[in-house]
Amino acid sequence: MKKIRVALAGQPNVGKSSIINSVTGARLHVGNFSGVTVEKKEVFIERGDYEIEIIDLPGIYSLNAYTPEEHVAKKYLYEEDYDLIVNVVDANTLARNLIFTMQLMDMQKKMILVVNMIDEVEKQGGSIDKGKLEELLGIPVILTSAKEHRGVDEIIDQIVATHESDKPKNKLYYDQRIEEQIDKIVKVLHKSPHFKDPEYARFIAIRLLDRDEDIYKIIHDLPIFIELHELLGKIYRELELEYDEESTSDILSDERYALSKALVMEAVKKPEVKVSLTDRLDRLLIHPVFGLPIFLFFMWLLFQLTFEVGSIPMDMIDAAFTEISNVVKATLPDGAVQSVLADGVIPAVGSIIMFLPNILILFLGINLLEQTGYMARTAFLLDGFMKKFGLQGKAFIPLVSGFGCTVPAYMAARTLKNPTDRIITMLVLGFMSCSARLPVYVLLIGAFFPTAHAGNILFIIYISGAILGLIVAKILRTVLFKGEPEPFVMEMPPYRFPSMKALGMELWIKTKLFIKKAGTFIAGASMIIWFLSSYPHSGTIEESYTRKIEAVQSEEAKAALENEMAAKALENSYLGRIGKTIEPFFSPIGFDWRMSVAVVAGLAAKEVVVSTLATLYAVGDADERSNTLIQRLRDNVTFKAAIAMIVIIMIYSPCIAAMSTFWAEVPQWAWRGFYLVYPNVLAWLMAFGIYRLLDMMGY
Amino acid sequence: MKPITACKIGCEGVIVRIRAKEPIKGRLFSLGLAKGSRVRILDHTLAKQTWEIESDGTKIALRDEEAESIFIEPKECAA
Ligand SMILES: Nc1nc2c(ncn2[C@@H]2O[C@H](COP(=O)(O)OP(=O)(O)O)[C@@H](O)[C@H]2O)c(=O)[nH]1
Ligand SMILES: [Mg+2]
Repeated sequence: MKKIRVALAGQPNVGKSSIINSVTGARLHVGNFSGVTVEKKEVFIERGDYEIEIIDLPGIYSLNAYTPEEHVAKKYLYEEDYDLIVNVVDANTLARNLIFTMQLMDMQKKMILVVNMIDEVEKQGGSIDKGKLEELLGIPVILTSAKEHRGVDEIIDQIVATHESDKPKNKLYYDQRIEEQIDKIVKVLHKSPHFKDPEYARFIAIRLLDRDEDIYKIIHDLPIFIELHELLGKIYRELELEYDEESTSDILSDERYALSKALVMEAVKKPEVKVSLTDRLDRLLIHPVFGLPIFLFFMWLLFQLTFEVGSIPMDMIDAAFTEISNVVKATLPDGAVQSVLADGVIPAVGSIIMFLPNILILFLGINLLEQTGYMARTAFLLDGFMKKFGLQGKAFIPLVSGFGCTVPAYMAARTLKNPTDRIITMLVLGFMSCSARLPVYVLLIGAFFPTAHAGNILFIIYISGAILGLIVAKILRTVLFKGEPEPFVMEMPPYRFPSMKALGMELWIKTKLFIKKAGTFIAGASMIIWFLSSYPHSGTIEESYTRKIEAVQSEEAKAALENEMAAKALENSYLGRIGKTIEPFFSPIGFDWRMSVAVVAGLAAKEVVVSTLATLYAVGDADERSNTLIQRLRDNVTFKAAIAMIVIIMIYSPCIAAMSTFWAEVPQWAWRGFYLVYPNVLAWLMAFGIYRLLDMMGY
Repeated sequence: MKPITACKIGCEGVIVRIRAKEPIKGRLFSLGLAKGSRVRILDHTLAKQTWEIESDGTKIALRDEEAESIFIEPKECAA
């Protein structure tokens, strides 16, 4: 079977991913671009004799790449081996999109133009003349709507047709004066064996006029460099004088701009300009005065819903797992297997699954913020505020995503161009509590605060994390990094009703991953915890207590002694010994050895904190009446220690997955080292301060 | 000719000059802001630190420093 490789390129938010998702009969594969952690989505489609592979490149505004993500797309376009480019553009903003299209056409690869979101233009009474566009650009054009599944499969047919046709490639001509200079550069380029191909040489020449640093690097090491360098200097001066512009790049830009205006004039019937829904919503949502309060209200609402709605199915899930555990106890014979399942794995997995509803609601909320286009508004609203802390508005997006999961949030920081802004954002991102930490909060809040305040307390925890993050950012900016944050220029996408299918998919994937993680990683971890907490058996403790238990008469005294025995055995276990070893380190903040172990285990994954607590407090407790973890915590943990624990969880290092993402994203060893140490030191100090404060206040 | 930051919300005009340096200039351009494009001032924050403008269906948020570097010839201005 023959292969066709297709690079799918376009500006951000034009609907590339939606198109890829709605191609019929496609197999989706999600990976990473080699060497970097930018998500790489590919689909494979079989059509006739061909296997077609389409690569969804990160959104890119122009070949004058700006953000790290854009550089990934650009590098792919320049260096990888593919057969044709499918350029997706947004029909609503065709003029601006076509400027990038022209840059792509300069590459003189086989190319197809896909004009997406045609439904929106048509709904407003506009239209686009496909034939005219094809005629003027000289490449095939397809009008599509990914939302209505219009024209999407046509793209595949056109890919095959274009691949098979040997129609000469289109060429875009610039002004005569520019063309003359291009020819001069091409002549010099031809002297090098690298640029014998006239089409490639022309592309290089145009990019040199466009002041493309990456291309400049390519020619820098060639023998023709000196000659070329001199020629370019002369050409730059001549053209800039002739056109009265600051740079030849501006001249090319003006050319493309004029051309795209002309194209749109010919081929597009503009919809009447009406006050759009976006305009009306924006009038309220980013109102100079009301904008911020509305935003805060949304955030507060999100955390209320997370707690209130999320807690509805919680009791049911809890009861179900307790039931399973009881069934296991009843059916399996007494012994290690029964114990590892009924006391170790099942309660641990149950204690995690219980929080699935909370986590899904939080995720849904953050996805909604992102997909509706509101997130970009929050960046606008908060830029001035963020700037005071040495960050910029765009940093807000990774920070809010951090409430969902720190891993994608680290990746979202790629939209920040300036490396300093990026590192600061990433260093404070861990303070935005991810959804995996939610179970710990919900558990501790449930145990130590009245239910009526639970949502508010949760909101306060998240807000304090965010505020701490901002303060630390400010400190980092003033102490470690001098200089201003990067400029803030950002597109505000129109508000769109999110695709229910896409949202549903995201939630489903999240649920699947979560249950898989609970069933494998967490179950495994809890098995280890169970083993460490059950062995070694100490014959002497058991013997002495068995004799004592036999000696006493009353049932109550018997139960009390049994409890004591279990507690002694636990303290004597491997985990008990480990806990005792690290306990001195945590005792200044009021932790017993069990909490200490749980917090340390949480470095693997935050969910493990809860499951570890569940195991450790269950083993030492033979009292059937108080068998909820919440009750056990109330009996064993002081209020101030619980608060100290919340503080630790809020601040210390995130999970292993997040830490390794940070390592992958940040190559500097100094930052990696700093990142491993400082959150933990800070967490301990803050917890200590708050613990002592509460202590003085008499809690 | 005046910078965007000297205009009121609702003001419209044509860009006559962009003084920003590369790479900001290139970025503004790829968002459709170039000499000759028509823009409208949509919004600014209370302290006028961040501005929102619209050009040919694209809405763009920028900081006052960047907005200051874009000069327009106002066409329709409500005062
Ligand atoms: N009305 C309409 N909306 C679309 C269409 N294609 C995509 N969208 C929406 O546009 C937004 C951005 O789409 P996405 O596929 O994420 O864009 P990407 O950034 O290019 O991958 C999403 O909210 C989509 O639901 C379309 O053809 N019509
Ligand atoms: Mg996408």
